[in-house]
Amino acid sequence: MSFPWANQYEPQNPLMKWVDDRLPLPRFVYNAIGAGYPVPRNLNYFWNFGVLAGFCLVLQIVTGVVLAMHYAPNALVAFDSTEHIMRDVNWGWMLRYAHANGASAFFVVVYLHIFRGFFYGSYKAPREMVWLMGVVIFLLMMATAFMGYVLPWGQMSFWGAKVITGLFGAIPLVGEPLQIWLLGGFAPDNAALNRFFSLHFLLPFVIAGVVILHIWALHIPGSSNPTGVEVKGESDTIPFHPYYTAKDGFGLGVFLFLYCAMLFFLPNALGHPDNYIPANPMSTPAHIVPEWYFWPFYAILRAFTADFFFIPAKLMGVIAMFGSILVWFFLPWLDTSPVRSGHYRPLFRKFFWFGLIPAMAVLFYCGGAPAEEPFVMMSQLATAYYFLHFLVILPIVASVERPEPLPYSITEAVLGSDDNAELKAAS
Amino acid sequence: MTESTGTADVDGVAAAESGEGVRRRDFINIAAVGAAGVGGVVTLLPLVSQMAPSKDVLAESSTELDVSAIQPGQAVKAVFRKQPVFVRNLTAKEIEEANAVDVGSLRDPQTLAERTKEGHENWLITMGVCTHLGCVPLGAGEGENKGEFGGYFCPCHGSHYDTAARIRKGPAPLNLQVPEYEFTSDTVVKIG
Amino acid sequence: MTRLIGILVGLFFTAAVLWAFVSGAATVISEGELKPATAEHHFHKLPHEPSGGFSFNGAFGKYDKQQLQRGFQVYKEVCSACHSLRHVAFRDLEQLGYNEAEVKAIAAGFQVPGVDPNTGEATTRAGMPTDYFPKPYPNDIAARAANNNAIPPDLSLMTKARHEGSAYVYSLLTGYQDAPAELVKEFPGSAPGPGLHYNPYFANLNLAMAPPLTATDQVSYGDGTKATVDQMAQDVAAFLTWTAEPTLDKRKQTGWPVLGFLLFATVLAYLAKQQVWADKKGKKG
Repeated sequence: MSFPWANQYEPQNPLMKWVDDRLPLPRFVYNAIGAGYPVPRNLNYFWNFGVLAGFCLVLQIVTGVVLAMHYAPNALVAFDSTEHIMRDVNWGWMLRYAHANGASAFFVVVYLHIFRGFFYGSYKAPREMVWLMGVVIFLLMMATAFMGYVLPWGQMSFWGAKVITGLFGAIPLVGEPLQIWLLGGFAPDNAALNRFFSLHFLLPFVIAGVVILHIWALHIPGSSNPTGVEVKGESDTIPFHPYYTAKDGFGLGVFLFLYCAMLFFLPNALGHPDNYIPANPMSTPAHIVPEWYFWPFYAILRAFTADFFFIPAKLMGVIAMFGSILVWFFLPWLDTSPVRSGHYRPLFRKFFWFGLIPAMAVLFYCGGAPAEEPFVMMSQLATAYYFLHFLVILPIVASVERPEPLPYSITEAVLGSDDNAELKAAS
Repeated sequence: MTESTGTADVDGVAAAESGEGVRRRDFINIAAVGAAGVGGVVTLLPLVSQMAPSKDVLAESSTELDVSAIQPGQAVKAVFRKQPVFVRNLTAKEIEEANAVDVGSLRDPQTLAERTKEGHENWLITMGVCTHLGCVPLGAGEGENKGEFGGYFCPCHGSHYDTAARIRKGPAPLNLQVPEYEFTSDTVVKIG
Repeated sequence: MTRLIGILVGLFFTAAVLWAFVSGAATVISEGELKPATAEHHFHKLPHEPSGGFSFNGAFGKYDKQQLQRGFQVYKEVCSACHSLRHVAFRDLEQLGYNEAEVKAIAAGFQVPGVDPNTGEATTRAGMPTDYFPKPYPNDIAARAANNNAIPPDLSLMTKARHEGSAYVYSLLTGYQDAPAELVKEFPGSAPGPGLHYNPYFANLNLAMAPPLTATDQVSYGDGTKATVDQMAQDVAAFLTWTAEPTLDKRKQTGWPVLGFLLFATVLAYLAKQQVWADKKGKKG
């Protein structure tokens, strides 16, 4: 795979050569994230978030494995064992705050990664498979994060588990038995907590597996870039290492600074106070909300307040919530514009900045607000736009838009001219 | 991730610079990679130390025990650091037997006096953990096998301890360990 | 084809949600207001901090151990009659500046559940440093029965279990007042019933707990601080902040060096990045 001018791996010392001859792992790494991977020379800082997301996954796995050494997945002691980690385990408070805020950091990074993809058309051919794997990762992340939030067995944990499994109860006929099966009981209890712990431990490793597929698929056509023009020649690319390792190293430093500022100085700012109250099946908190990264989808769920013909409101909300993410799977075939990057698509750009971004902002805000007016009406309008944007506006824009002229190549976009382009024009 | 794997491209450019420039540039790269390394190593510290005993475990590392109810010839098992401690009130005969042994002939030479506190020579306080592989020896409970030397007997691999809990026969290398303890009054012992 | 199906599906979702919007709007118009007026919306107050704030506020704030000791005294002499502190062990009190002997004496002053070594019956014994603060009631039913059907909540995590928790505890303890005449007139259902006490800082305005801090010098502080109601409320709020987050000082002390190092390392990484990219900026490579 990759381009013919890619650097070839040459072992630096006899040991590496010995290993490489028998198990070409050094070569594999060299070609994946080393000097053997030619990358467009014009990537901007929005291309840092893939590496950062990978870092977050490692961070969550490391802190999570360590926390699991002290946590007890039993409804009687789960809350106390969490407090035991916070009070008595050496550095336990730091590890738990690192894991809790790490989940938020992971989602921040992944949302930026996804929206980079939306704007620069990273989902388009020939990178559909990269995009599909990415959506699968996002779904797995949501499942993992949800189950992780249940583990401390606070009020929000318990009622989150009850409400989210209640979504499955909306499915006609099989809904109620399905919900009982998911929980292993009629309400969240030991059975649910134990299986959530088991799956919360397992899924990150599944995510890691899909991440490998995601990167594998990426390395077939190579990375996209802000112009959306495919790589034409050697002058368009530079080796991943040292250019992008250096740039990602700087990005990682900025990320870690912000993350640690949260971890050490505002560790509970993104959490909900009610989760410091032990789970109480007899009393629901006044205002239940999921973690912030679910808010847009929670807002969509709650936007469907009226029955639509024969479809009950509850079912409609559940379908719409799952549909709002499933629609991403079809994005490569909905947006058929031959121009990839939003930079050269005037109409698309307007809908992106003045439609999708404000709608997402409203959904984020309303998902965290109480289920009362005016938030419900605001989220209804934003939800309407959300579905129109992906399913109606993008296909139509793709066929009516007149894109702006594209540069001949990445080199021309960076340097103002490309010798090859001139040669071509001259010939 | 060393800078030496940098491409020929970079090395070529660097080589074209003056010698001093090369050194300054290398210095920044080495410093940056070095800082990342230091950060990584420091991050390992909490990950390692979280496995050490937590505060609640350490807080239970001393045990207080009232021994007034233990009659001569009797022993009780107390718990110290989640392990058994044998507290034995020795009879005059047991003390005599222990003192009659030629210390030089023992595998782990110690006198009874070295294994008890002055003024409380009848109190033999030892860990109930066989020094062979950590089983709990018999002999502290009423009617249990005390072994050939009238002290303790470990059934796992047949180690016999005498009335001073010294190893006399079997595979164990050392006498039963005497934990740190003190009498805080005539009848209260603080172990640990 | 995909696009055609997509457009139809998109219009379906849009129609469903706009239908919900229209029915919601119709309700709002027919009722003439966005949301039904409730007593909570009108009378509930957000918590406020004592004048001068708390010593542990901000990125440099630390616990004032003298204050925590005073707060502990208020908890012990006032709150502990009804409220448990189940996540806190006596040994933790060493963090307030008590030495080992003092902690032992404090622990011994509490009776904790024990077992009679001769009969095996449940009994009580003097506390030890490794024990946790004992619960004032053996179970929820007893707690309910003794407190007008309201269970006094555990206080260990109270300041983290409420928004602006430290300020909340302070405001609640100093916020008892007579129910405003307006409330009684407009929302008779929200006026305090028998055994309830009006407090605008409490979520539903009516609290089963009678004002616990009522008079100056209700406790006598050993360090000479005048025990006004305001002072006691501040002190116990500080103490409960410590019980909820005993690692606050260590967290901030760790945070500064970490951020300092990261700043340094990030600047280095930036310089290294600039150096690596020097030959790719603005000239053909």
